[in-house]
Amino acid sequence: MTAMNMIQALNSALDVMLAKDPNVLVFGQDVGYFGGVFRATEGLQKKHGMTRCFDAPIAESGLVAVGIGMSVYGLRPVVEIQFADYIYPAYDQIVSEAARIRYRSGGDFHVPLTIRTPYGGGIYGGQTHSQSPEALFTHVTGLKTVVPSNPRDAKGLLISAIEDNDPVIFLEPKRLYSGPFDGYHDRPVQPWSKHGLSEVPDGYYSVPLGEAAVVREGSAVTVLCYGTMVHVALAAAEATGIDAEIIDLRTLIPLDIKAIVRSVQKTGRCVVAHEATQTSGYGAELSALVQEHCFYHLEAPVQRVTGWDTPYPHAFEWDYFPGPDRVAEGMRRALAS
Amino acid sequence: MRNRGTLSLHIPEPHNRPGDAPDFSNILIPPAGALERPPIDANARALSPYAYTLIRVLDAEGRAVGAWNPHLEPQALIKGLHDMMLTRAFDERMYRVQRQGKISFYVKSTGEEAVSVAAAHAVEASDMCFPAYRQQGFLIARGYPLIDMMCQCFSNVRDPIKGRQLPVMYSASSHNFFTVSGNLGTQFPQAVGWAMASAYKNDDRIAVSFIGDGTTAEGDFHHALNFAAVYRAPVVLNVVNNQWAISSFNGIACGEEATFAARAIGYGLPGLRVDGNDFLAVYAAEQWAAERARANLGATLIEHYTYRAEAHSTSDDPSRYRPTDEWQAWPLGDPVARLKQHLIHIGAWSEAEHQALSDEIATLTRETQREAETIGTLATGSRPAKATMFEDVYEEIPWHLQAQMKEAGV
Repeated sequence: MTAMNMIQALNSALDVMLAKDPNVLVFGQDVGYFGGVFRATEGLQKKHGMTRCFDAPIAESGLVAVGIGMSVYGLRPVVEIQFADYIYPAYDQIVSEAARIRYRSGGDFHVPLTIRTPYGGGIYGGQTHSQSPEALFTHVTGLKTVVPSNPRDAKGLLISAIEDNDPVIFLEPKRLYSGPFDGYHDRPVQPWSKHGLSEVPDGYYSVPLGEAAVVREGSAVTVLCYGTMVHVALAAAEATGIDAEIIDLRTLIPLDIKAIVRSVQKTGRCVVAHEATQTSGYGAELSALVQEHCFYHLEAPVQRVTGWDTPYPHAFEWDYFPGPDRVAEGMRRALAS
Repeated sequence: MRNRGTLSLHIPEPHNRPGDAPDFSNILIPPAGALERPPIDANARALSPYAYTLIRVLDAEGRAVGAWNPHLEPQALIKGLHDMMLTRAFDERMYRVQRQGKISFYVKSTGEEAVSVAAAHAVEASDMCFPAYRQQGFLIARGYPLIDMMCQCFSNVRDPIKGRQLPVMYSASSHNFFTVSGNLGTQFPQAVGWAMASAYKNDDRIAVSFIGDGTTAEGDFHHALNFAAVYRAPVVLNVVNNQWAISSFNGIACGEEATFAARAIGYGLPGLRVDGNDFLAVYAAEQWAAERARANLGATLIEHYTYRAEAHSTSDDPSRYRPTDEWQAWPLGDPVARLKQHLIHIGAWSEAEHQALSDEIATLTRETQREAETIGTLATGSRPAKATMFEDVYEEIPWHLQAQMKEAGV
């Protein structure tokens, strides 16, 4: 075990996989010599060689397309899109190609491609460095979508994503890179070193895709969340004393429906929390699933706590961000009836 | 005072529209055999004149002339002729099948068979092809079973891709032929990625890709050229300039001042412009580019100058936007007729042999159609089991798809 922040854990996952499998390649803007703008690939080129970890032109569609072509050859490329906000030029290659090649070819070809990208707000990035576009990918059948919330999961999930034979969108909550941010932006930043899940196993291990984690057991209300919102929900439970059961979904597709049903049938109440905008967000899917699977156990309507349906506003970061107060309010609404 | 004139917006228009007499006098056609064949390691910058001319080997009398003559053996030429004729006959048959309502859609490659067939002959069978949707000739030249192509078009129970795609969207990993996408241009940068992977693995295989003149306007075309240049990817990038993108003439794709081959120049890649109806010229250019790629010297862009003799697809009516007899006036002729003329000229072929081959191919396509129809068509209700609809979305079927399978009653 080594204490790591999330960036170090991701770096370790890439390091392990580069060493383990000669078919793994890592590339993207600034990822080579420099090691990435967030340092996730630091030292990998030097250690594994120029052709294993290298810089790429600023062309997201080209990056993903090249990754698809490499996948078809038989490699397991890991592409970094510098910010999730920049992924849209690659959308055609992701949606019409990566996600569909296995199906449209009748299983003749497949695409074991991993697309890593930092997402989410809380870093004063404005609307072009803060978005949470997960629903644009969960809506696309053929893709898997993964969001870690701590260093230990980040490494194990990234290794699973690289080893998966389907394309995986790996969304990294960038506000969590250096510490477990709980939404209290006016309090001192906590480092990962004080958090239990910063103890990361050395070497190879994996966290399976499709398995949620119960990060806090409780009986009053279930909170479904992922990424940064896991820590926000924990803070809300702490602040209010509400005995919430907090579920870190970890993988949005495939979703661990059993963990959700088990919890909501126990608590009878449910809050769904994400940073992304509300309308047609992933929370809508979660809310619908809870209603379909747990209707007769529900004591109250499912509550959604999300970013507002506005672009991410630079000067109003903390008015937009669904912090612990808003999650607490959501839990109270779920408990009110 | 500055002279401030009034601006006007330019909208390109083709030379010929319905009712006009076809006129191709604006097309520059250098004589066959006029160009030098540069060494494969020539500097890309020095090759820029090749982007503005036409590499031609077959002259008007059917002689193979000049430095680009690939000097193919008669048997190889006859195989090329066979594959082009088979492609044309296959297209003709599938077109009729569509008109009979037995398949939903079809695209013919009539008039541009030399591009796909000669390219397939010029590269190795182990080289990977990333096709557009009009490269059936490439697949046929690689010996892919016609019956499988027809079953794909019929979406029947033997369709190798399980009824998942429109007719002509073949996928044949067994023949190193990538799954055809209906989203245009996506295959071009993917081919570059495949080629980069081959180079990374110190393999000796290269990638070959095709794109239409219209699709060169997509960003993916430019990404492909840029990544290919940056990483010196071993790939041959082919633009099939058949003059028309559905109803838009090629001036809409790139303006009227540049050639498609010249797109290569800004990326530092060789750009060759080839008479696309000249089997030998296409073969020679493709071979040059393949040798260059295999020598680790990187990618080449080849513009194949040809003409789409038929409609874009069975959903299109070209008489609405171009003279109906334009194809007959095309100054570069018919690739099948030109290779036949050459074979006769060198004494390796005769009218009688041509007729016999034509009859043999007609019988083959007719009998293959009968066999495919016996297996079934969409109209007869023959299709893969319904449960297969839910397969191959992911490697394993996740719980939510399993639930939907149950709901669908499978």
